[in-house]
Amino acid sequence: MLAKRIIPCLDVRDGMVVKGVNFVGIKEVGDPVECAVAYNRQGADEICFLDITATHEGRGTMLDVVRKTAQQVFVPLTVGGGIRTVDDYRDLLRAGADKVSVNSAAIRNPALIRRAANKFGSQCVVVAVDAKRRSDGGWGVFINGGRIDTGLDALDWICRCERLGAGEILLTSMDADGTKQGFDLPLTDAVCHAVSIPVIASGGCGKLEDFSQVFRKTGADAALAASLFHYRELTVGQVKDHLRENGIPVRR
Amino acid sequence: MIAVVDYGAGNLFSVANALEYLKIPYRVTEDPQELEWADGILLPGVGAFPDAMERLRQKNLVPVLRRLGKEKPFLGVCLGMQVLFEWGEEFSLTEGLGLLPGRVTKLQAQGLKIPHMGWNRLQVVRDCPLTWDLPEEPYVYFVHSYAAVPQQDDLVAWADYGGEVPALVWDGAYCYGAQFHPEKSGGVGLAILRNFADLCRKPAKNDTKNGGDDR
Repeated sequence: MLAKRIIPCLDVRDGMVVKGVNFVGIKEVGDPVECAVAYNRQGADEICFLDITATHEGRGTMLDVVRKTAQQVFVPLTVGGGIRTVDDYRDLLRAGADKVSVNSAAIRNPALIRRAANKFGSQCVVVAVDAKRRSDGGWGVFINGGRIDTGLDALDWICRCERLGAGEILLTSMDADGTKQGFDLPLTDAVCHAVSIPVIASGGCGKLEDFSQVFRKTGADAALAASLFHYRELTVGQVKDHLRENGIPVRR
Repeated sequence: MIAVVDYGAGNLFSVANALEYLKIPYRVTEDPQELEWADGILLPGVGAFPDAMERLRQKNLVPVLRRLGKEKPFLGVCLGMQVLFEWGEEFSLTEGLGLLPGRVTKLQAQGLKIPHMGWNRLQVVRDCPLTWDLPEEPYVYFVHSYAAVPQQDDLVAWADYGGEVPALVWDGAYCYGAQFHPEKSGGVGLAILRNFADLCRKPAKNDTKNGGDDR
Protein backbone atom coordinates (compact mmCIF):
# COMPACT_ATOMS: atom_id res chain seq x y z
CA MET A 1 0.00 0.00 0.00
CA LEU A 2 1.26 3.46 -0.83
CA ALA A 3 2.20 5.67 2.08
CA LYS A 4 0.37 8.98 2.40
CA ARG A 5 2.80 11.77 1.65
CA ILE A 6 3.58 14.89 3.67
CA ILE A 7 4.97 17.67 1.52
CA PRO A 8 6.43 20.87 2.96
CA CYS A 9 6.31 23.76 0.52
CA LEU A 10 8.87 26.56 0.37
CA ASP A 11 8.04 29.91 -1.20
CA VAL A 12 11.14 31.16 -2.97
CA ARG A 13 11.77 34.63 -4.33
CA ASP A 14 15.02 35.58 -6.05
CA GLY A 15 16.65 32.49 -4.58
CA MET A 16 15.59 33.08 -0.98
CA VAL A 17 12.84 31.46 1.05
CA VAL A 18 10.24 34.03 1.91
CA LYS A 19 7.02 33.83 3.80
CA GLY A 20 4.42 36.47 4.20
CA VAL A 21 0.70 36.72 4.65
CA ASN A 22 -1.10 37.46 1.39
CA PHE A 23 2.16 38.28 -0.33
CA VAL A 24 2.37 41.49 1.70
CA GLY A 25 5.21 42.24 4.06
CA ILE A 26 7.35 39.47 2.62
CA LYS A 27 10.61 39.12 4.43
CA GLU A 28 13.55 36.99 3.39
CA VAL A 29 14.07 34.27 5.86
CA GLY A 30 16.48 31.71 4.62
CA ASP A 31 18.37 29.61 2.18
CA PRO A 32 16.04 27.24 0.32
CA VAL A 33 18.65 24.52 0.05
CA GLU A 34 19.20 24.53 3.83
CA CYS A 35 15.45 24.54 4.43
CA ALA A 36 14.99 21.60 2.05
CA VAL A 37 17.77 19.67 3.78
CA ALA A 38 16.11 20.33 7.15
CA TYR A 39 12.72 19.13 5.89
CA ASN A 40 14.37 16.07 4.42
CA ARG A 41 15.82 15.27 7.84
CA GLN A 42 12.38 15.63 9.37
CA GLY A 43 11.12 12.93 7.02
CA ALA A 44 9.46 14.97 4.27
CA ASP A 45 8.27 12.63 1.50
CA GLU A 46 8.71 15.24 -1.17
CA ILE A 47 9.83 18.86 -1.20
CA CYS A 48 7.95 21.54 -3.08
CA PHE A 49 9.43 24.85 -4.19
CA LEU A 50 7.04 27.56 -5.25
CA ASP A 51 8.89 30.24 -7.19
CA ILE A 52 7.26 33.61 -6.59
CA THR A 53 10.00 35.55 -8.34
CA ALA A 54 8.40 38.37 -10.25
CA THR A 55 11.19 39.16 -12.68
CA HIS A 56 12.49 37.14 -15.56
CA GLU A 57 16.09 37.62 -14.41
CA GLY A 58 15.33 35.96 -11.10
CA ARG A 59 14.29 32.76 -12.87
CA GLY A 60 17.80 31.43 -13.40
CA THR A 61 18.30 31.58 -9.65
CA MET A 62 15.58 29.00 -9.18
CA LEU A 63 17.37 26.56 -11.47
CA ASP A 64 20.42 26.98 -9.31
CA VAL A 65 18.40 26.35 -6.14
CA VAL A 66 16.97 23.17 -7.69
CA ARG A 67 20.41 22.01 -8.82
CA LYS A 68 21.95 22.51 -5.38
CA THR A 69 19.01 20.89 -3.60
CA ALA A 70 19.13 17.85 -5.87
CA GLN A 71 22.76 17.35 -4.84
CA GLN A 72 21.81 17.00 -1.18
CA VAL A 73 18.22 15.87 -0.96
CA PHE A 74 17.25 12.46 -2.28
CA VAL A 75 13.49 12.58 -2.23
CA PRO A 76 11.27 13.79 -5.08
CA LEU A 77 11.43 17.50 -5.75
CA THR A 78 8.48 19.46 -7.17
CA VAL A 79 8.90 22.96 -8.54
CA GLY A 80 6.12 25.36 -9.44
CA GLY A 81 5.58 29.02 -10.15
CA GLY A 82 5.92 30.91 -13.38
CA ILE A 83 6.23 27.86 -15.65
CA ARG A 84 5.01 28.80 -19.12
CA THR A 85 6.56 26.54 -21.71
CA VAL A 86 7.77 23.04 -22.42
CA ASP A 87 11.29 24.50 -22.31
CA ASP A 88 10.68 25.64 -18.72
CA TYR A 89 9.78 22.04 -17.96
CA ARG A 90 12.91 20.75 -19.60
CA ASP A 91 15.17 23.22 -17.78
CA LEU A 92 13.76 22.38 -14.36
CA LEU A 93 13.81 18.62 -14.93
CA ARG A 94 17.40 18.84 -16.13
CA ALA A 95 18.31 20.84 -13.06
CA GLY A 96 17.02 17.98 -10.93
CA ALA A 97 13.31 18.55 -10.38
CA ASP A 98 11.21 15.38 -10.53
CA LYS A 99 7.88 17.12 -11.07
CA VAL A 100 6.95 20.52 -12.38
CA SER A 101 3.75 22.18 -11.34
CA VAL A 102 1.89 24.52 -13.62
CA ASN A 103 -1.06 26.74 -12.76
CA SER A 104 -2.17 29.81 -14.70
CA ALA A 105 -0.15 28.96 -17.83
CA ALA A 106 -2.16 25.73 -18.14
CA ILE A 107 -5.37 27.72 -17.96
CA ARG A 108 -4.20 30.11 -20.66
CA ASN A 109 -2.79 27.27 -22.72
CA PRO A 110 -4.13 23.81 -21.79
CA ALA A 111 -2.07 22.23 -24.58
CA LEU A 112 0.97 22.82 -22.39
CA ILE A 113 -0.20 19.95 -20.15
CA ARG A 114 -0.46 17.56 -23.09
CA ARG A 115 2.81 18.61 -24.63
CA ALA A 116 4.74 18.34 -21.36
CA ALA A 117 3.14 14.96 -20.60
CA ASN A 118 3.97 13.60 -24.05
CA LYS A 119 7.52 14.80 -23.87
CA PHE A 120 8.47 14.05 -20.26
CA GLY A 121 5.77 11.66 -19.01
CA SER A 122 2.62 12.32 -16.97
CA GLN A 123 4.42 11.50 -13.72
CA CYS A 124 6.21 14.85 -13.79
CA VAL A 125 3.25 17.00 -14.82
CA VAL A 126 1.48 18.46 -11.80
CA VAL A 127 -1.39 20.89 -12.31
CA ALA A 128 -1.93 23.29 -9.42
CA VAL A 129 -5.53 24.43 -9.04
CA ASP A 130 -6.69 27.19 -6.69
CA ALA A 131 -10.39 26.62 -6.05
CA LYS A 132 -12.95 28.75 -4.29
CA ARG A 133 -16.55 27.99 -3.36
CA ARG A 134 -19.20 29.64 -5.55
CA SER A 135 -22.59 30.78 -4.31
CA ASP A 136 -24.23 27.93 -6.27
CA GLY A 137 -22.37 25.33 -4.23
CA GLY A 138 -19.74 24.40 -6.82
CA TRP A 139 -16.16 25.59 -6.96
CA GLY A 140 -14.53 28.01 -9.35
CA VAL A 141 -10.90 28.17 -10.46
CA PHE A 142 -9.01 31.31 -9.44
CA ILE A 143 -5.58 32.60 -10.36
CA ASN A 144 -3.28 35.33 -9.04
CA GLY A 145 -3.60 34.27 -5.43
CA GLY A 146 -7.37 34.13 -5.59
CA ARG A 147 -7.80 37.56 -7.11
CA ILE A 148 -8.91 36.58 -10.58
CA ASP A 149 -11.87 34.32 -11.27
CA THR A 150 -11.21 32.37 -14.44
CA GLY A 151 -14.86 31.43 -14.77
CA LEU A 152 -13.87 27.77 -14.99
CA ASP A 153 -15.58 25.15 -12.88
CA ALA A 154 -12.95 23.45 -10.71
CA LEU A 155 -14.20 19.89 -11.20
CA ASP A 156 -14.58 20.34 -14.97
CA TRP A 157 -11.14 21.87 -15.24
CA ILE A 158 -9.47 19.18 -13.14
CA CYS A 159 -11.11 16.38 -15.17
CA ARG A 160 -9.88 18.09 -18.32
CA CYS A 161 -6.36 18.28 -16.87
CA GLU A 162 -6.45 14.53 -16.28
CA ARG A 163 -7.58 13.89 -19.86
CA LEU A 164 -4.78 16.13 -21.15
CA GLY A 165 -2.23 14.01 -19.32
CA ALA A 166 -1.70 15.62 -15.92
CA GLY A 167 -0.15 13.14 -13.51
CA GLU A 168 -1.19 14.80 -10.29
CA ILE A 169 -3.37 17.63 -8.98
CA LEU A 170 -2.14 20.07 -6.36
CA LEU A 171 -5.43 21.33 -4.99
CA THR A 172 -5.50 24.48 -2.90
CA SER A 173 -8.68 25.69 -1.29
CA MET A 174 -8.74 29.48 -1.35
CA ASP A 175 -11.48 29.35 1.28
CA ALA A 176 -9.45 27.28 3.73
CA ASP A 177 -6.02 28.75 2.95
CA GLY A 178 -4.70 30.77 5.85
CA THR A 179 -7.60 29.91 8.19
CA LYS A 180 -5.84 27.07 10.04
CA GLN A 181 -9.27 25.52 10.45
CA GLY A 182 -8.38 22.36 8.57
CA PHE A 183 -8.24 21.22 4.96
CA ASP A 184 -11.28 21.80 2.78
CA LEU A 185 -12.76 18.31 3.06
CA PRO A 186 -15.79 18.72 0.75
CA LEU A 187 -13.65 20.18 -2.04
CA THR A 188 -10.88 17.60 -1.64
CA ASP A 189 -13.38 14.76 -1.52
CA ALA A 190 -15.20 16.00 -4.62
CA VAL A 191 -11.96 16.25 -6.59
CA CYS A 192 -10.72 12.82 -5.46
CA HIS A 193 -13.98 11.32 -6.69
CA ALA A 194 -13.80 13.17 -10.00
CA VAL A 195 -10.33 12.02 -11.08
CA SER A 196 -8.20 8.92 -10.70
CA ILE A 197 -4.83 10.67 -10.59
CA PRO A 198 -3.28 11.49 -7.19
CA VAL A 199 -4.53 14.59 -5.40
CA ILE A 200 -2.44 16.71 -3.03
CA ALA A 201 -4.58 18.61 -0.52
CA SER A 202 -3.38 22.07 0.36
CA GLY A 203 -4.57 25.03 2.40
CA GLY A 204 -6.01 25.34 5.87
CA CYS A 205 -4.09 22.92 8.05
CA GLY A 206 -3.37 24.23 11.52
CA LYS A 207 -3.05 21.18 13.76
CA LEU A 208 -2.20 17.49 13.74
CA GLU A 209 -5.80 16.30 13.51
CA ASP A 210 -6.28 18.21 10.27
CA PHE A 211 -3.90 15.77 8.59
CA SER A 212 -5.57 12.61 9.89
CA GLN A 213 -8.96 14.08 8.92
CA VAL A 214 -8.02 14.79 5.33
CA PHE A 215 -6.68 11.26 4.85
CA ARG A 216 -9.59 9.60 6.65
CA LYS A 217 -12.39 11.55 5.07
CA THR A 218 -11.09 12.06 1.54
CA GLY A 219 -9.09 10.09 -0.99
CA ALA A 220 -6.18 12.56 -0.87
CA ASP A 221 -2.79 10.96 -1.52
CA ALA A 222 -0.73 13.73 0.01
CA ALA A 223 -1.03 16.86 2.12
CA LEU A 224 0.99 19.98 1.55
CA ALA A 225 1.70 22.77 4.01
CA ALA A 226 3.93 25.82 4.00
CA SER A 227 3.53 28.15 7.01
CA LEU A 228 2.82 25.42 9.52
CA PHE A 229 6.19 23.81 8.90
CA HIS A 230 7.95 27.02 8.10
CA TYR A 231 7.16 28.65 11.43
CA ARG A 232 7.92 25.35 13.16
CA GLU A 233 4.46 25.08 14.67
CA LEU A 234 4.71 21.42 13.72
CA THR A 235 7.46 19.29 12.27
CA VAL A 236 6.96 16.80 9.48
CA GLY A 237 8.00 14.12 11.98
CA GLN A 238 5.23 15.08 14.42
CA VAL A 239 2.64 14.92 11.66
CA LYS A 240 3.83 11.49 10.54
CA ASP A 241 3.92 10.15 14.11
CA HIS A 242 0.35 11.34 14.55
CA LEU A 243 -0.75 9.70 11.30
CA ARG A 244 0.95 6.43 12.19
CA GLU A 245 -0.76 6.41 15.60
CA ASN A 246 -4.02 6.80 13.75
CA GLY A 247 -3.37 3.84 11.50
CA ILE A 248 -2.60 5.85 8.38
CA PRO A 249 0.36 4.41 6.45
CA VAL A 250 3.30 6.77 6.27
CA ARG A 251 6.93 6.32 5.41
CA ARG A 252 9.22 6.01 8.41
CA MET B 1 34.92 2.96 -9.98
CA ILE B 2 31.30 2.46 -10.96
CA ALA B 3 30.35 3.14 -14.56
CA VAL B 4 26.99 4.85 -14.87
CA VAL B 5 25.79 4.05 -18.38
CA ASP B 6 25.01 7.21 -20.33
CA TYR B 7 22.35 6.52 -22.94
CA GLY B 8 20.11 9.53 -22.37
CA ALA B 9 18.19 8.21 -19.36
CA GLY B 10 16.27 10.91 -17.53
CA ASN B 11 17.43 9.95 -14.05
CA LEU B 12 21.12 9.78 -14.94
CA PHE B 13 21.99 12.96 -13.08
CA SER B 14 19.94 12.08 -10.01
CA VAL B 15 21.82 8.79 -9.82
CA ALA B 16 25.13 10.60 -10.30
CA ASN B 17 24.16 13.14 -7.61
CA ALA B 18 23.48 10.33 -5.15
CA LEU B 19 26.82 8.63 -5.87
CA GLU B 20 28.59 11.98 -5.57
CA TYR B 21 26.88 12.61 -2.22
CA LEU B 22 27.96 9.17 -0.99
CA LYS B 23 31.51 9.88 -2.21
CA ILE B 24 31.39 6.75 -4.34
CA PRO B 25 33.81 6.95 -7.27
CA TYR B 26 31.88 6.78 -10.54
CA ARG B 27 32.06 7.79 -14.14
CA VAL B 28 29.19 8.65 -16.45
CA THR B 29 30.10 6.96 -19.71
CA GLU B 30 28.90 5.47 -22.98
CA ASP B 31 32.32 4.06 -23.82
CA PRO B 32 32.31 0.23 -23.89
CA GLN B 33 36.01 0.27 -22.97
CA GLU B 34 35.28 2.20 -19.76
CA LEU B 35 32.55 -0.28 -18.92
CA GLU B 36 35.14 -3.04 -19.25
CA TRP B 37 37.45 -1.24 -16.83
CA ALA B 38 34.77 -0.41 -14.28
CA ASP B 39 34.33 -2.39 -11.06
CA GLY B 40 30.57 -2.24 -11.39
CA ILE B 41 27.90 -1.09 -13.80
CA LEU B 42 24.89 1.04 -12.97
CA LEU B 43 22.21 1.25 -15.64
CA PRO B 44 19.71 4.04 -14.97
CA GLY B 45 16.50 4.45 -16.93
CA VAL B 46 13.28 6.41 -17.20
CA GLY B 47 10.90 6.19 -20.12
CA ALA B 48 9.78 3.43 -22.44
CA PHE B 49 11.34 -0.03 -22.93
CA PRO B 50 11.66 0.05 -26.76
CA ASP B 51 13.31 3.51 -26.72
CA ALA B 52 15.81 2.44 -24.10
CA MET B 53 16.79 -0.72 -26.01
CA GLU B 54 17.03 1.23 -29.24
CA ARG B 55 19.36 3.77 -27.68
CA LEU B 56 21.54 1.06 -26.11
CA ARG B 57 21.69 -0.59 -29.52
CA GLN B 58 22.61 2.66 -31.30
CA LYS B 59 25.45 3.17 -28.87
CA ASN B 60 26.51 -0.43 -29.45
CA LEU B 61 26.24 -1.20 -25.76
CA VAL B 62 23.99 -4.27 -25.89
CA PRO B 63 26.68 -6.97 -26.35
CA VAL B 64 29.03 -5.53 -23.73
CA LEU B 65 26.23 -5.08 -21.16
CA ARG B 66 24.99 -8.63 -21.81
CA ARG B 67 28.43 -9.97 -21.03
CA LEU B 68 29.35 -7.68 -18.11
CA GLY B 69 26.08 -8.47 -16.32
CA LYS B 70 27.55 -11.93 -15.78
CA GLU B 71 31.03 -10.76 -14.85
CA LYS B 72 30.78 -7.86 -12.41
CA PRO B 73 28.26 -6.20 -10.09
CA PHE B 74 25.53 -4.76 -12.30
CA LEU B 75 22.55 -2.76 -11.06
CA GLY B 76 19.64 -1.71 -13.24
CA VAL B 77 17.37 1.00 -11.86
CA CYS B 78 13.69 1.43 -12.82
CA LEU B 79 13.60 1.05 -16.62
CA GLY B 80 17.24 0.01 -16.31
CA MET B 81 15.97 -2.93 -14.25
CA GLN B 82 13.22 -3.77 -16.71
CA VAL B 83 15.59 -4.06 -19.68
CA LEU B 84 17.59 -6.70 -17.76
CA PHE B 85 14.78 -9.12 -18.63
CA GLU B 86 14.31 -11.10 -21.82
CA TRP B 87 11.28 -9.30 -23.20
CA GLY B 88 9.33 -6.10 -22.71
CA GLU B 89 5.68 -5.71 -23.72
CA GLU B 90 5.52 -1.90 -23.62
CA PHE B 91 4.04 -0.68 -26.95
CA SER B 92 5.48 -3.65 -28.83
CA LEU B 93 7.26 -6.85 -27.91
CA THR B 94 10.92 -5.84 -27.58
CA GLU B 95 13.90 -7.98 -26.78
CA GLY B 96 15.73 -6.91 -23.63
CA LEU B 97 19.24 -7.64 -22.39
CA GLY B 98 18.14 -11.09 -21.26
CA LEU B 99 20.32 -11.14 -18.15
CA LEU B 100 17.32 -12.26 -16.11
CA PRO B 101 14.64 -14.71 -17.26
CA GLY B 102 11.18 -13.24 -17.53
CA ARG B 103 9.32 -10.43 -19.21
CA VAL B 104 8.00 -6.98 -18.41
CA THR B 105 4.24 -6.51 -18.63
CA LYS B 106 1.66 -3.80 -17.95
CA LEU B 107 1.21 -3.38 -14.22
CA GLN B 108 -2.01 -5.03 -13.01
CA ALA B 109 -3.39 -3.31 -9.93
CA GLN B 110 -7.15 -3.63 -9.83
CA GLY B 111 -8.91 -0.49 -8.69
CA LEU B 112 -5.60 1.26 -8.10
CA LYS B 113 -4.04 4.13 -9.95
CA ILE B 114 -1.50 3.53 -12.69
CA PRO B 115 1.34 4.55 -12.62
CA HIS B 116 2.26 3.11 -9.27
CA MET B 117 3.73 6.33 -7.97
CA GLY B 118 4.84 7.11 -4.48
CA TRP B 119 6.41 5.60 -1.39
CA ASN B 120 5.80 1.91 -0.84
CA ARG B 121 7.25 -0.57 1.58
CA LEU B 122 9.70 -3.26 0.52
CA GLN B 123 8.72 -6.74 1.64
CA VAL B 124 12.03 -8.55 1.62
CA VAL B 125 11.63 -12.27 0.96
CA ARG B 126 15.22 -13.30 0.41
CA ASP B 127 18.61 -12.31 1.74
CA CYS B 128 20.56 -10.14 -0.67
CA PRO B 129 23.66 -7.95 -0.26
CA LEU B 130 21.71 -4.87 -1.36
CA THR B 131 19.23 -5.12 1.51
CA TRP B 132 21.80 -5.41 4.28
CA ASP B 133 21.30 -3.01 7.17
CA LEU B 134 18.03 -1.56 5.93
CA PRO B 135 15.60 -0.21 8.55
CA GLU B 136 12.72 -2.37 9.72
CA GLU B 137 10.16 -0.79 7.40
CA PRO B 138 12.09 0.16 4.29
CA TYR B 139 10.00 2.57 2.22
CA VAL B 140 11.21 3.36 -1.28
CA TYR B 141 9.96 5.59 -4.10
CA PHE B 142 8.30 4.07 -7.17
CA VAL B 143 7.18 5.54 -10.48
CA HIS B 144 6.22 2.92 -13.06
CA SER B 145 3.39 1.58 -15.19
CA TYR B 146 5.05 -1.68 -16.25
CA ALA B 147 6.47 -4.36 -14.00
CA ALA B 148 8.77 -7.32 -14.40
CA VAL B 149 7.55 -10.88 -14.03
CA PRO B 150 10.72 -12.52 -12.73
CA GLN B 151 11.41 -16.12 -11.82
CA GLN B 152 10.46 -16.70 -8.20
CA ASP B 153 14.09 -17.55 -7.39
CA ASP B 154 15.27 -14.13 -8.53
CA LEU B 155 12.82 -12.12 -6.42
CA VAL B 156 14.39 -10.38 -3.42
CA ALA B 157 11.64 -7.95 -2.43
CA TRP B 158 8.18 -6.93 -3.55
CA ALA B 159 5.82 -4.07 -2.73
CA ASP B 160 2.11 -4.38 -2.12
CA TYR B 161 0.15 -2.57 -4.81
CA GLY B 162 -2.95 -4.51 -5.73
CA GLY B 163 -0.74 -7.59 -5.51
CA GLU B 164 2.94 -8.35 -5.17
CA VAL B 165 4.85 -5.96 -7.39
CA PRO B 166 8.45 -7.12 -7.94
CA ALA B 167 10.67 -4.40 -6.49
CA LEU B 168 14.15 -5.88 -6.17
CA VAL B 169 15.59 -8.80 -8.12
CA TRP B 170 18.92 -10.61 -8.08
CA ASP B 171 20.18 -13.56 -10.09
CA GLY B 172 22.23 -14.77 -7.11
CA ALA B 173 25.45 -13.74 -8.83
CA TYR B 174 26.18 -10.28 -10.22
CA CYS B 175 22.98 -8.96 -11.69
CA TYR B 176 20.65 -6.78 -9.57
CA GLY B 177 17.59 -4.78 -10.50
CA ALA B 178 15.57 -2.19 -8.55
CA GLN B 179 12.16 -1.21 -9.90
CA PHE B 180 12.05 1.75 -7.48
CA HIS B 181 14.36 4.76 -7.56
CA PRO B 182 17.10 4.38 -4.93
CA GLU B 183 18.30 7.84 -5.93
CA LYS B 184 14.96 9.27 -4.78
CA SER B 185 14.29 6.97 -1.84
CA GLY B 186 15.90 8.96 0.96
CA GLY B 187 18.15 7.14 3.43
CA VAL B 188 16.95 3.68 2.39
CA GLY B 189 17.85 4.32 -1.23
CA LEU B 190 21.25 5.71 -0.33
CA ALA B 191 21.89 2.63 1.83
CA ILE B 192 21.08 0.37 -1.13
CA LEU B 193 23.44 2.32 -3.39
CA ARG B 194 26.14 2.16 -0.73
CA ASN B 195 25.64 -1.61 -0.49
CA PHE B 196 26.03 -1.87 -4.24
CA ALA B 197 29.22 0.22 -4.13
CA ASP B 198 30.59 -2.09 -1.43
CA LEU B 199 30.03 -5.05 -3.73
CA CYS B 200 31.94 -3.26 -6.46
CA ARG B 201 34.86 -2.63 -4.17
CA LYS B 202 35.33 -6.32 -3.60
CA PRO B 203 37.41 -7.99 -6.28
CA ALA B 204 35.25 -9.96 -8.62
CA LYS B 205 35.79 -13.69 -8.99
CA ASN B 206 38.73 -14.63 -11.21
CA ASP B 207 39.72 -11.02 -11.20
CA THR B 208 43.37 -10.29 -10.74
CA LYS B 209 43.20 -6.56 -10.26
CA ASN B 210 42.48 -4.86 -6.96
CA GLY B 211 39.06 -3.58 -7.81
CA GLY B 212 40.05 -0.27 -6.25
CA ASP B 213 39.14 3.15 -7.46
CA ASP B 214 42.66 4.33 -8.10
CA ARG B 215 42.53 4.07 -11.84
